[in-house]
Amino acid sequence: MNPRRKKRLIMTSSILVGAAFATGLVLYALSQNIDLFYTPTEIVQGKGSEAVKPEVGQRLRVGGLVVPGSVRREGSGLTVAFNLIDVGPAEITVEYEGILPDLFREGQGIVAQGILVAPNRLQASEVLARHDEEYMPPGLAEALKGIEHVPPSQQNYNQNYNNEEAAEKGSGGGYDR
Amino acid sequence: MIGEVGHFALALAFAFSALLAVIPLIGVARGHGGQMAIARQLTYGMFIFTLISFIALVWGFLANDFSIAYVANNSNTALPAIYRFTAVWGSHEGSFLLWMLVQASWAAALAIFSKRLPLVFAARVLAVMGMIGVGFYLFMLITSNPFERTIPLIPVDGRDLNPLLQDPGMIIHPPLLYMGYVGMSVAFAFAIAALLGGRLDSAWARWSRPWTIAAWVFLTLGIMVGSWWAYYELGWGGWWFWDPVENASFLPWLAGTALMHSLAVTEKRGTFKSWTVLLAISAFSLSLLGTFLVRSGVLVSVHAFASDPTRGMFLLSFLGVVIAGSLLLYAIRAAKVKSHSRYDLFSREVLLLGNNLLLVTATMVVLVGTLLPLVHQQLGLGNISIGEPFFDEVFMWLTIPFAILLGFGPLTRWKRQKFAELRNSLLLAMALAIGIGFALPWIFADVVSGLAVLGLILALWIVFTTVAELRLRVASREHKWPALVKLGRSHWGMVLGHLGFAVMIIGIAVVQNYEIERTVRMGAGDTANVGGYEFHFRDMQERQGPNFISDSATFVISRENGNHVANVVAEKRFYTVTRQIQTQTALQVNPFRDLYIALGEELDDGSWAVRIHVKPFVRWIWAGAILMSIGGVFSLTDKRYRLRRREEKKARKQAAAEAL
Amino acid sequence: MSVKIRTLVLLTPLVLFLLLAVFLFKGLFSDPTKLDSALIGREVPSFELPDLYQPDVTHNQSIVGGRPMLINVWATWCPTCYAEHTFLNQLLAEEDVYIIGLNYKDDSRGAAVRWLQDLGDPYAINLFDFTGLLALDLGVYGAPETFVVDAQGVIRYRHVGDLNERVWRTEVGPVYYRAMQESGLEIPEHRMELLE
Repeated sequence: MNPRRKKRLIMTSSILVGAAFATGLVLYALSQNIDLFYTPTEIVQGKGSEAVKPEVGQRLRVGGLVVPGSVRREGSGLTVAFNLIDVGPAEITVEYEGILPDLFREGQGIVAQGILVAPNRLQASEVLARHDEEYMPPGLAEALKGIEHVPPSQQNYNQNYNNEEAAEKGSGGGYDR
Repeated sequence: MIGEVGHFALALAFAFSALLAVIPLIGVARGHGGQMAIARQLTYGMFIFTLISFIALVWGFLANDFSIAYVANNSNTALPAIYRFTAVWGSHEGSFLLWMLVQASWAAALAIFSKRLPLVFAARVLAVMGMIGVGFYLFMLITSNPFERTIPLIPVDGRDLNPLLQDPGMIIHPPLLYMGYVGMSVAFAFAIAALLGGRLDSAWARWSRPWTIAAWVFLTLGIMVGSWWAYYELGWGGWWFWDPVENASFLPWLAGTALMHSLAVTEKRGTFKSWTVLLAISAFSLSLLGTFLVRSGVLVSVHAFASDPTRGMFLLSFLGVVIAGSLLLYAIRAAKVKSHSRYDLFSREVLLLGNNLLLVTATMVVLVGTLLPLVHQQLGLGNISIGEPFFDEVFMWLTIPFAILLGFGPLTRWKRQKFAELRNSLLLAMALAIGIGFALPWIFADVVSGLAVLGLILALWIVFTTVAELRLRVASREHKWPALVKLGRSHWGMVLGHLGFAVMIIGIAVVQNYEIERTVRMGAGDTANVGGYEFHFRDMQERQGPNFISDSATFVISRENGNHVANVVAEKRFYTVTRQIQTQTALQVNPFRDLYIALGEELDDGSWAVRIHVKPFVRWIWAGAILMSIGGVFSLTDKRYRLRRREEKKARKQAAAEAL
Repeated sequence: MSVKIRTLVLLTPLVLFLLLAVFLFKGLFSDPTKLDSALIGREVPSFELPDLYQPDVTHNQSIVGGRPMLINVWATWCPTCYAEHTFLNQLLAEEDVYIIGLNYKDDSRGAAVRWLQDLGDPYAINLFDFTGLLALDLGVYGAPETFVVDAQGVIRYRHVGDLNERVWRTEVGPVYYRAMQESGLEIPEHRMELLE
């Protein structure tokens, strides 16, 4: 083989090996870190047409509404537990230790990420309130746009009815979560 | 009135950009010098009217003109004046106007500093800037007019700015970021102009290099300030969340970094020509893609928001035309380009190629991680989320070869390098890196963390090879120190950039592995011990701010041996107009560690959930980014660029003298 | 490599981009707020709720069904509901659409009643769901939301966000009028096109 050919062969093959390695790495990392999204009903009754239920020990995300009255703190620590519901009647319990986001409220939609410790019990490592401003990353907080559905002229009107909450809900844009 | 002025100025700016996109190119086609030269005037017109429009909006905010819907939605009479100013870019429409102003400024700067370029080329570059402008101005005028009126029902007061944005970090973050984002359009315009002209020589690389470096500096600083802002403002203690919006800024940065290095090869060696052009196109395309992702609401993150499909549609069409058009042009024109230069397997060219491939891989990884949830959902496979661990893991593995190559690169000569010449310095650097990398954690930390050691070794490897490189450059000189100074700013720029990266790796490795985080329940009078510090919750007071009420908790921090460190205040603010609660963290900072306190919620018995972090070396992450930017500035002020300016001045003087 | 082959190779980025654009395009039109309610195709859950105007009058699931109708979830704290309200009035006035209003977790009965008095009342029946019980059963995530229920009391469609001319023409209206057609009810002339 002449030296140029040889050089080209070495370069091409090392790039191919590198690419294969990178692809493998990405796929492996993905397989470890993809979290499927479930609703409480899907956790209890199964997801999709085959009603696949998540397994105990699986890492997942669940999104639903905090059942009013279900939030309870346990003991003197910071462990909090609450129930999540979507269309009902299935409910699941989420346990979490730590500080709940600023916008966490009963009746609000939240997303919890964690490990299923029992068929209807999630040990959460993270709780995010839907439309949670705290979650908002840097960049320009574009999340706050979308006021186009409500011209402020009408906004003003709203406040006549209810000064307290109009503005807060208003920041949610066309759809208030 | 001021609203109409702004709106009208915006429309005029659009008209100028439309003319700019067409006339110079007609001039080029006909060989008509005047039509080409008018590109400059048109660019200035575009800039001036965008500036007028921007000033009009600023005026609207400062004068509390709530007849402008955008002002009413994002400001309030109780808002401090400085934040009334920054509220201009507090939401979609205004931030886009800022974006346009930045775009027009880059174009105007280009018009001023491009006098040295061949007229045909300058005309093409400015025309491409005009084309980009056409799309953006139309987007604003059609879907996002910041001057929309609230008439006839003018609100008495505005809805106030989002509390998170009422912060110094937010004053500079968006302008810096946009300078970077849009700055990539300059490199893009150069690349397209080169493709249009069909001459992909190293000249365009030389011309576009300082512009690319400038944009890169801004982007680096913008991302850094954003990360810093998120760190103290969000109260989570994290400095990077791999959120889609963050990734949107990281993508062009990665591509821009690759471009910067590839441009160096193309300029100096005349190889990688078509690759460099592709990177220039990619960097700007990724900026556009990021804008689209952020502003169209196509990505469902937890903060899903109502979005206007017309906006998304418009941006996507624009994206399609710009990116597909330029990639098509690229495929047709770049195919004819041939590289002649020869280089060995062990040469700077190959090492830089490796660096480029790794950066591109990183770009792909971020792209996949950001868009896979969308694709997954569209394929009907259900909703997924890709967590931070995915990115952390892949980036860790990518950093290792990247840092190793980075150590070799500067030491290696162009074309061909004999390994034997470098063997001793490299072995020494490696031995030192490994030795000290193990020793430091072993001496200073209680536990030796494998990943921290790995990070330290990589960072030290970069540091020692950089030192070795500097030594090599002055080895043959008699007077070492003056020789070092004479190396040239461009060279020092590289050195600083690489050292900055090393500093950043140290910060990341240490904070990720030695951070201590504890969430505790505390009432006034309680004390918590975290990481060798005592945090004493002294009292809780209510405080009235300009547009908020806050619960302020004072903490007395002392060393475990009793030495007083500082008193800090952590707050939970309630913004009365927006009705939002916001956490204001307490920070106590020194170069080697941050003490970070965030208040959680108040518990039933009047005590509070409090989260305390001790974050060693976290400052180094941002310090590294700053060092990298300083490196960029050094490169920009290199003699090569300054000399030309002086020559130019001389030439102009001569011309003037002759004219007399 | 010949120029032709090189061109083909260099076209790869373009192809990749176009592929991505397809997904972005589809993503743009799959409304992220569109939630598949497990209730679609099921009957409206049973409930017992007071009337908004008369606290001592209660309604139950028997008011649902018998004819196609909309159930509109609203509240005075929701600015979007205000924007939507004009359109609901218009639906009643121009197309005689039968709408049940579900006032969702409002702050007070007074505020809600005042709102309807000022803005007009497009609702045939007004339910006052102070605790959000029915809304919870319906899987309501926020306000406004609108459900289309057919004559059998079965939920046909769910729309999250405000109703407006566009949404009515393209999404909700066709479902409603199809149900009307099935029940043999009259459909306004200018809305016949929605059935096509």
